Amino acid sequence: MTLIDVTAESVSTAPALAVDNLEVAYMVRGIPRQVLRGVTFHVKPGEAYGLVGESGCGKSTTAFAALRYLPSNGVITGGKVMVAGDDVTAMTDKQLRQFRARDASMVYQDPGSALNPTLRIGKQVIESFTLLGDDKSTARDRALQALRRVRIADPESVMGRYPYQLSGGMQQRVIIAMALACDPSLLVLDEPTTGLDATVEAEVLDLVRTLRNESNAAILLIAHNLGVIRSMCDRVGVMYAGKIVEEARAQEVFDNPQHPYTDGLLKCLPRHGVRKNQRSLYTIPGTLPTIGANLPTCVFVDRCVLADDKCRTEAPPVVEVASEHSSRCHYPDKVSEIPDPVAGQSFDTSSEHRVVVRMEHVSKTFRQSGKSIPALVGIDLGLEDGETLGLVGESGSGKSTLAKALIGIHAPDSGGEMYLDDHEMPGMTTDRKSADKRAIQMVFQNPDSALNRNWTVRRILKRSVTKLTGVSGKEADERVNQLADVLRLTQRHLDLKPRQLSGGLKQRVAIARAFAGDPRVVVCDEPTSALDVSVQAAILNLLAELQGTNNTSYLFISHDLGVVRYLADRIAVMYLGRIMEVGTTDDIFGGPNHPYTEALLSAVPSVDGDGSERIRLDGEIPTPADPPSGCVFHPRCPRVIIGICDTDEPPVNEASLGHSIRCHIPTDELRVLQNIE
Amino acid sequence: MTATVHDEARRERSQARKERWHLLRRRPTFVFGSLIIMFWVFCAIGGEGVTTKDPNPTLSKLGTPFTKPFTDGYLFGTDSRGRDVLSRVMSGARDVFLVAPIAAILGVLFGTMLGLIMGYFRGWVDEVLGRLIDAVLAIPLILIALLVTTVLGKSKIVVIGTVAVLFTPIVARTVRAAVMAEAQLDYVTSAKLRGESAVFIMSREIIPNVTSPIIVELTVRIGYAVFTVATLAFLGAGPQPPSADWGLTISQEYGNVFGGQWWPATIPAIAIASLVIGINLVADSIEAVYNA
Repeated sequence: MTLIDVTAESVSTAPALAVDNLEVAYMVRGIPRQVLRGVTFHVKPGEAYGLVGESGCGKSTTAFAALRYLPSNGVITGGKVMVAGDDVTAMTDKQLRQFRARDASMVYQDPGSALNPTLRIGKQVIESFTLLGDDKSTARDRALQALRRVRIADPESVMGRYPYQLSGGMQQRVIIAMALACDPSLLVLDEPTTGLDATVEAEVLDLVRTLRNESNAAILLIAHNLGVIRSMCDRVGVMYAGKIVEEARAQEVFDNPQHPYTDGLLKCLPRHGVRKNQRSLYTIPGTLPTIGANLPTCVFVDRCVLADDKCRTEAPPVVEVASEHSSRCHYPDKVSEIPDPVAGQSFDTSSEHRVVVRMEHVSKTFRQSGKSIPALVGIDLGLEDGETLGLVGESGSGKSTLAKALIGIHAPDSGGEMYLDDHEMPGMTTDRKSADKRAIQMVFQNPDSALNRNWTVRRILKRSVTKLTGVSGKEADERVNQLADVLRLTQRHLDLKPRQLSGGLKQRVAIARAFAGDPRVVVCDEPTSALDVSVQAAILNLLAELQGTNNTSYLFISHDLGVVRYLADRIAVMYLGRIMEVGTTDDIFGGPNHPYTEALLSAVPSVDGDGSERIRLDGEIPTPADPPSGCVFHPRCPRVIIGICDTDEPPVNEASLGHSIRCHIPTDELRVLQNIE
Repeated sequence: MTATVHDEARRERSQARKERWHLLRRRPTFVFGSLIIMFWVFCAIGGEGVTTKDPNPTLSKLGTPFTKPFTDGYLFGTDSRGRDVLSRVMSGARDVFLVAPIAAILGVLFGTMLGLIMGYFRGWVDEVLGRLIDAVLAIPLILIALLVTTVLGKSKIVVIGTVAVLFTPIVARTVRAAVMAEAQLDYVTSAKLRGESAVFIMSREIIPNVTSPIIVELTVRIGYAVFTVATLAFLGAGPQPPSADWGLTISQEYGNVFGGQWWPATIPAIAIASLVIGINLVADSIEAVYNA
């Protein structure tokens, strides 16, 4: 009797995950390179702990080390990992297998690659139960139950399907169901919603939140999205160069950072509705130290604005700045004094609003095995001089198709027209005059794919300069140097190949190339989504600066509404190849909104933690091959009016000058429904 | 300043080459394969200069036919006419080294061009060429080769051309797959946006990024070419007597194997096998290093 009491008590107080002074190194060509330099944190049962930091800071290594799941060249060189009282670092292989099967689970970033594509969902879920010793029929029952638990409405039919037949959100639910099969004491989520749309992300996060209440598992959540961390976690550890530099309750970290690195990370984000003409974004100078670098003093010293001689000679202690709030800094009290960045580029708002490019009734229908798939339907869109038009919508909404139609990679269907200034442009770039080609250029999402890996940066830029402007020889060299200067690329960078550059530098090269011929319009397709926040801030500042000096117009595609809000003057919201709403940034963020926009806006987890009621979007974006009748959004619309929305095409209502909404609900009614004064 | 940085880039390129070379040298299969190839290259270049006896002696200098190996100073004996087998096998390497690599190089060249066009343009171009390739691949290789050499004559040029054409579709398939993956990358879109021609994009942008599979394909094809050329010679579509060509020699002498005189046919057969194995060992190593 007493014995049971004692155990029960010790379980409730002991941390579910205790990482103590953990050191991990990767063997690179026989030399150990240190990645984790003494990581310490504890997670209580039922608690959610978040790890944040830029890529390369050691977040994922910590997560993998917690399950002793390091790549073959990873070695734990010091410290201890205890899960539910067992030392993971001291387990034999057999114990480790048992431990991973029964006590800990992990959910990875890409659900598509975590499921076996050749096995039906049912088989894979059932397996996670038979592994625990259940017989076939019990395992099947429990699998059904597990799928129901992750809110899959029709588990019987889902079990009969293959992974490719499920959407990304559904796949991630299945993975979570499998991860929870053993009722683990530790659940590690490594970027579980990266790569999912905001609406789907919100759904998955909601699910994890509800499941938390049903289970007593400790959750270790890794995410680069600070909003996700804030909305999910009780406590947060901020990592930098293999150390936790700050740790506190989530709200504390985000509202009252006590380490210069945390402060910098948060200031990099476009928050509180800040716009490009108000101020430029803060950037953290310098770059993350390379793995294995010798960092005897403060790990952040080279990039810190507060650094002084003490910081350069003495490793900072962990300072308890408040209860449950610690910072590894000599001067935590000075952090709040770090000044905000200066006022941004002043934008000439009085320009005469001349339209540069215009699309009229542009449609694009793809043909696939005899079926026609309308990817764009009747797009009317204009872009003014020096204006940024943000383009948002879930993946599959036609944003990229629209961009590719504009640059002339996809020829639009006949009947649609595109104008540059006042003359019509042919659909394909190959048919366009060289002046037209020069006028419209593009910055791509992934610089690794956008830059030829066999060319040097100089060759990439020079070729674009000669091709677009017609100058050659010395003059072209000069122009390349000029471009490099503007984009802050050094002569050294010019003679390197893309893979020798960091992600941010690569994207700068891609931007320099787009600007080689002084374009009028630059299409930016998610140019910062592959970058860390501090690098993203630098790129956004640069884009704003270039726009300010050259009066370039941007068509800016992004799924990050904070980024769009910062950079865009106007925003167009797309759904299933149609523009559902278009208006100035203030219109879109102030409302009234199309119900789809409303849902998109509410799906974003905010770093500032304003907890407005979220609108749930059920289901997923339908296939464009078979669009719903009436309003294409009606099957998912929370404000649907059956009888009208499912039969008639909605009209375009003008909410105010230049703000139009394609919806059956009159604007005034939307205003009331959305509580807008 | 610029010059030094330029040197740096060049140094970095040669560094990558050096590293690959270093990796290759450490593979025993590569070393062993190279040694075999080097021996045969030495024989081919040296020709009569390195053989112990005259491979095509005048009537008066012929030895006794079918002298057994290790007798009368004939290491591998003599053939049905009394010619030294060793000397003939050594000098027979020359034909192989002339015909097989040229045929393979031409095949890879044509195949690369075809594969580039198919992978870059896709659509109906790819469909038409793809079906054509399927049709060619469906016909037995040796049969067409025999037919063509019978019609067009048996000169080296005809043999080279035939083997090259036969290899083209196989290479084209490999290159097409590699090019297709490259052509979807955004740097190709970007090149189109600045108005580059298809020829420029294919030759300057894409080709440098698909050299690895092409080099691997080339080494593999050389091995196959040795085999195909020998087969053709064996079937009579190639060098004619009194050439010391391996395939031809085997076809002339294999009948005697059943009579107990195995050496005049077996020694050139071993020569072919060793060369093909040597080339394949090297090809495997190159593939492993390039794909690592």
